[in-house]
Amino acid sequence: MPNVEQELRRFVIDNFPFGQVGDGLSNDDSFLDQGIIDSTGVLELVTFLEETYEIKVEDEELIPDNLDSINRLVKFLQRKLQVSS
Amino acid sequence: MCGIAGIVNLNGQPVAPALLDRMIERIRHRGPDDCGSHTDRQVGLAHARLSIIDLASGGQPMHNEDKSVSIVFNGEIFNYIELRADLMRRGHRFRTQCDTEVILRLYEESGEECVRHLNGQWAFAIWDSRRERLFLSRDRLGVRPLFYTIADQSLIFGSEMKSIFALPHVSREIDPVALDQIFTFWVAIPPRTTFKGIRELPPGHSMTVQQGRITVARHWQLDYGAGGDDAPEDARTEEEYSAKLLELLVDATRIRLRSDVPVGAYLSGGLDSTLVTALIRRFTGAPLKTFSIGFDDPEFDETRYQNEAVRFLGTHHQEVGCTLADIGRVFPGVVWHAERPILRTAPAPLYILSGLVRKHGYKVVLTGEGSDEMLGGYDIFKEAKIRRFCAARPDSRLRPRLLKRLYPYLGNLQSQSGAYLQAFFGARRDQTEDEFFSHRPRWQLTSQLKTVFSGSVRSEIGAYDGLAELREALPAGYSGWDGLCQAQYLEAAYLLPGYILSSQGDRMAMAHSVEARFPFLDHRVVEFAARIPPRLKMKVLNEKYLLKRCADGLVPPSVRNRPKQPYRAPEGKCFFGGARLEYVDELLSPERIAHDGIFDPVTVQKLVAKFRDGRAIGIKDNMALVGVLSTQLVHDQFVKGFREEFAYAERRAGTAAICH
Repeated sequence: MPNVEQELRRFVIDNFPFGQVGDGLSNDDSFLDQGIIDSTGVLELVTFLEETYEIKVEDEELIPDNLDSINRLVKFLQRKLQVSS
Repeated sequence: MCGIAGIVNLNGQPVAPALLDRMIERIRHRGPDDCGSHTDRQVGLAHARLSIIDLASGGQPMHNEDKSVSIVFNGEIFNYIELRADLMRRGHRFRTQCDTEVILRLYEESGEECVRHLNGQWAFAIWDSRRERLFLSRDRLGVRPLFYTIADQSLIFGSEMKSIFALPHVSREIDPVALDQIFTFWVAIPPRTTFKGIRELPPGHSMTVQQGRITVARHWQLDYGAGGDDAPEDARTEEEYSAKLLELLVDATRIRLRSDVPVGAYLSGGLDSTLVTALIRRFTGAPLKTFSIGFDDPEFDETRYQNEAVRFLGTHHQEVGCTLADIGRVFPGVVWHAERPILRTAPAPLYILSGLVRKHGYKVVLTGEGSDEMLGGYDIFKEAKIRRFCAARPDSRLRPRLLKRLYPYLGNLQSQSGAYLQAFFGARRDQTEDEFFSHRPRWQLTSQLKTVFSGSVRSEIGAYDGLAELREALPAGYSGWDGLCQAQYLEAAYLLPGYILSSQGDRMAMAHSVEARFPFLDHRVVEFAARIPPRLKMKVLNEKYLLKRCADGLVPPSVRNRPKQPYRAPEGKCFFGGARLEYVDELLSPERIAHDGIFDPVTVQKLVAKFRDGRAIGIKDNMALVGVLSTQLVHDQFVKGFREEFAYAERRAGTAAICH
């Protein structure tokens, strides 16, 4: 999903102006460790996923394992989109 | 209550009186009733007076009989009646009924030790011409401000930095290290201020200037390890602690009603201000006037509780409504008075409130400030307790859910999973030994805002480590204190003077010539509170437990039992969404950001776009926006130009609407 990866990267860079964002962000960098995301950031991210990809993120899926880096997001989305298709 | 200013020429040259006039003129809002100055060889003192005690004969500078000792004083000494009687017994003769003269006589009697006898809030300067010695002092908790600098072989001091900047040879430049501190701790660490070279005399310190030598020394320290003369901690019962606390609060309030003009009170609808109001009602038969702010946004509004308190206590109440647009409009004036970057808009409603007080002809109000620090009210104390509880079982996913109970008013947090709560607030067992355990999440979150700094500011900050500086300054014994006491100390030593009492307190009240008095900050209350066992300050997760016991029957049960709501105001929304604010557009424009050089234009642009689109909801975005905008205002009003006139039409309109 190269486009998805690009979209996610764009969203993170535009929406989280703080922390070590930008070209230096690698796909495995933890949003938490890099100081990119705070408690509202998680909600902004989930809202973006739900609206852009028309999925529903369940409460129990709100965990760093699913959401805490570009690569984790890509994998999480792949799983969600497979289930819903 | 007043403003003071002065100059000491360290090279012995005489002081030109015209310079004193310029300095005091800049802070006439602190003392519109009268002003005066005095020069004696290399020293000049100036004073702007807000007449409160002994209206007829309390003019300043005040001198002893042979004019060998002179004083300018900002503040109130609440135990001046007792001190005066005591000094008279020892043969001193008084010419006025004023507390200023009490300091003067006490200085003659006991020299610089005089401050130990004072119960009050003060910043004063005493020129002792016989010893050619200037003595400056500031109260224990930092209620009243005092700044100074050294320029061209002169020591220049004043109640606000703008009085120092009135002298053209004083340079005005933002200190990047102060920015680093503010964007970590929310305050600059004294003696550092927003501006390079301008220092603040820290709370609880005095300073002497003699023969060109400047000495700063502490005269008081908040100490949670002090034993004192009273019974050992656990020998007292809960009832005894509660009774003693109430007794002290009653007396602290009683002596704070000493005034020759009427005294009012702020009534927020919370426990602290309601209790203070209740205690005032016990002492005055006269109708008591109370003042409060209402917000149009129900998320922040506390009108319901204010009304219950007003009905219960029977006060004559005045409320001023505060809208998002009001905050946006007055904000440049708020920053002009605060003289520093702020990360919250919360000072703005207090600026509006003091305007209301003044409009009703009042100059003095009592408020509930200091209670949360001294008696364990803040959420950060509870948060730290829960985090310690979580750290004891780091694998528990359930324990972090307690944090949701902590912040019921933060909708965003309510939707978080245990795993994320653990990530944001969690701590490993070994981290609980950290001396800054309580404040780590706040400081870490705030530090992330620093990526908005420009490259040049970041390189000027370099490897500076604010935590190391703070660690160096911790008092002896700190590491042995209970976790709650450590957290209380950090709040009381830094945020209280550096933000609550200044940016939200003195500076916002004095903007409209209003003096605030704080019974919870009576040093007898503070020293007693430091010896209350932590388990009685916060019982399990019940904050201010002992105070609530004291307040039983004195305040409406609904106010006593309500969940704590921290005082907050709407943030970034105030600047976007309504009518466009000229100063916001200008100061946040990419050209201006690039030109001023403090922040990174691209990051600021992204941030502003988020607000313009209504996408910014998080605390971090809001703090960043308010921080950037207020820093830009500081730069515009103090560095780029230093303006006597208000810079923007919005501010003129805003102030006019409130004050006239």
